[in-house]
Amino acid sequence: MTVVLSTAPERAVSWTFRIGLALVALHVGVGLLTLVWTPYDPTAMTGGRLSPPSLAHWAGTDRLGRDVFTQVMIGSRIALQVGIGAVAIGAAIGVTIGLLAAFATRWADDALAATLDILIAFPTLLIAMLVVAATEQASLGTAILALGIALSAILARLTRILAKRVILMDYIVAARVSGSSWPSIVVVHILPNIWPTLSVGFALQFGLAVIAEASLSYLGLGAPPPNASWGRILQEAQGTVYTAPFGAIAPGLALVSLSIGVNLLADGLRDLADPLRRGRR
Amino acid sequence: MGSSLAGYVARRFLILVLSLLIAAVVLFVLLRLLPGDPANALLGVGATPEQIAAARAQVGSDLPLIVQFGQFASSLASFSLGTSFVSNASVLGEIGNRMSVTAPLTLAGFALAILIALPLGIVAAVRGHRWYGAAISVFSQLGIAIPVFWLGILLVSLLAIRWRIFPSGGFPLRGWERPGEAALALALPVLTVSLVIAASLVRYVRASTIDVLSSDYLRTARALGETFPEALIRHGIRNGAVPVVSILGIELATTFLGAVVVEKVFALPGLGSMLLLAIQQRDYPNVQGVLFISTLLVLIVGFVADVLQRLIDPRLRATGAGR
Repeated sequence: MTVVLSTAPERAVSWTFRIGLALVALHVGVGLLTLVWTPYDPTAMTGGRLSPPSLAHWAGTDRLGRDVFTQVMIGSRIALQVGIGAVAIGAAIGVTIGLLAAFATRWADDALAATLDILIAFPTLLIAMLVVAATEQASLGTAILALGIALSAILARLTRILAKRVILMDYIVAARVSGSSWPSIVVVHILPNIWPTLSVGFALQFGLAVIAEASLSYLGLGAPPPNASWGRILQEAQGTVYTAPFGAIAPGLALVSLSIGVNLLADGLRDLADPLRRGRR
Repeated sequence: MGSSLAGYVARRFLILVLSLLIAAVVLFVLLRLLPGDPANALLGVGATPEQIAAARAQVGSDLPLIVQFGQFASSLASFSLGTSFVSNASVLGEIGNRMSVTAPLTLAGFALAILIALPLGIVAAVRGHRWYGAAISVFSQLGIAIPVFWLGILLVSLLAIRWRIFPSGGFPLRGWERPGEAALALALPVLTVSLVIAASLVRYVRASTIDVLSSDYLRTARALGETFPEALIRHGIRNGAVPVVSILGIELATTFLGAVVVEKVFALPGLGSMLLLAIQQRDYPNVQGVLFISTLLVLIVGFVADVLQRLIDPRLRATGAGR
């Protein structure tokens, strides 16, 4: 067996991680930019209907003559809002439940673990559809809430497994013996120790949330029209696919680039969290 | 040996039933506790309070929650999912009709995905250092990031609109009476679903193949005089299949979900469009029914995958590990 000891640990930041970082940074930059400036007014009719890509309209115009590139840019901001919001909600619920399960009595832990396994068997999109179905009016907030709830089971299971591993460590026993309370142990010892792996989970779920929101919007269950979600732009583009097939290209590429970026970032974070994985790929 | 397997199957079956019970409760609670009354489905915009009360009485949403749940549970126990608020049709009957589209779409898409992913995954593992091995890895990385509906739209605009090889959507009104037409209508949807599933499957096949090829048991078998193909068939395939089978269970469920979304792209009258329509109309029995049957199928697939794993790998039977 040949053991390859990395002689240059500084090179641990891989190319894929950098590409991921660049793609995500691009979307963050564009998203922030749309807060202060867009090429056109997103709701204004700025050109002919369904005109193909040109210098004036990089991604063409939609059936109302609105600039598609402007909408795709705003879509970046919405996608990031969805990803951050859904992961924040999912983490708030999931990490709490996961930690409670890890500290609970064996019986309660088993029951929670079994329930989580069942909830995870529900596909994310179906849970989100269920939550949307049960709420009065579809909005961006509903979609984020729905996805956050759907993600929480996965994050709870991850947190539980990670926390249970850490709780058995000697330093936790030592902290306990020296009089630390459980809440302070969670904050001082458990969260910092599980954070690296947990953050990988957050990144992966962020990507899933972005795709799931696009799917919801595509299905007509996402945010209503003034919100330029990529999924909704794609739904509209499909309606005019016979006359203007280019309409579906830009929003799709935007969606895929953010999703790939986040996945590569997660891969890179995983390598950073687990030095043994470095250079093994 | 055999009895421990039977014991496992019995325990696993109990978990399946319990899961289904919990799923039913979760479904019911989520649908009822969040705002919005199912009676709205029957009403116009300017309904009077009397009309609202009558509609609530008709759909039973004026009853206490616990009574509603009792009705739901007892109808489940008698294998009935109630009738639609909107059309009054039997939910189970409607699901059965829709399944004639969704089931073939899911199964054919899944089978094609395996056919694509197995050779690609093995090649990516064995020839990872060549350009085509690397290309396969890029394909799989891309495929995971591409949402199934976008791929569907792209394939429609290319294969259906530009090259006119396939119909762009729809399903024959008379269903499978003319099998050729129905199959042609499903061809592009099946391709769409299978490509996305194959992309994620390739990763697992590749990882599993690498594990097998670098394993000690394969080297030992070779050292004991077996030829490479012999060793691969006797030890490699069985060992390599264990992780792949459990992933296949998950992927079959994902395929089913992909089919639900793809039905919208291709305007197919399957379970997915039934669910969408039901959500838009707040037709709770239909929403509940479709989600319940979907969950049931997902759970059964998981059950079968777990049992299959035990059949393939005796080590899991002995320890009961890897629940």
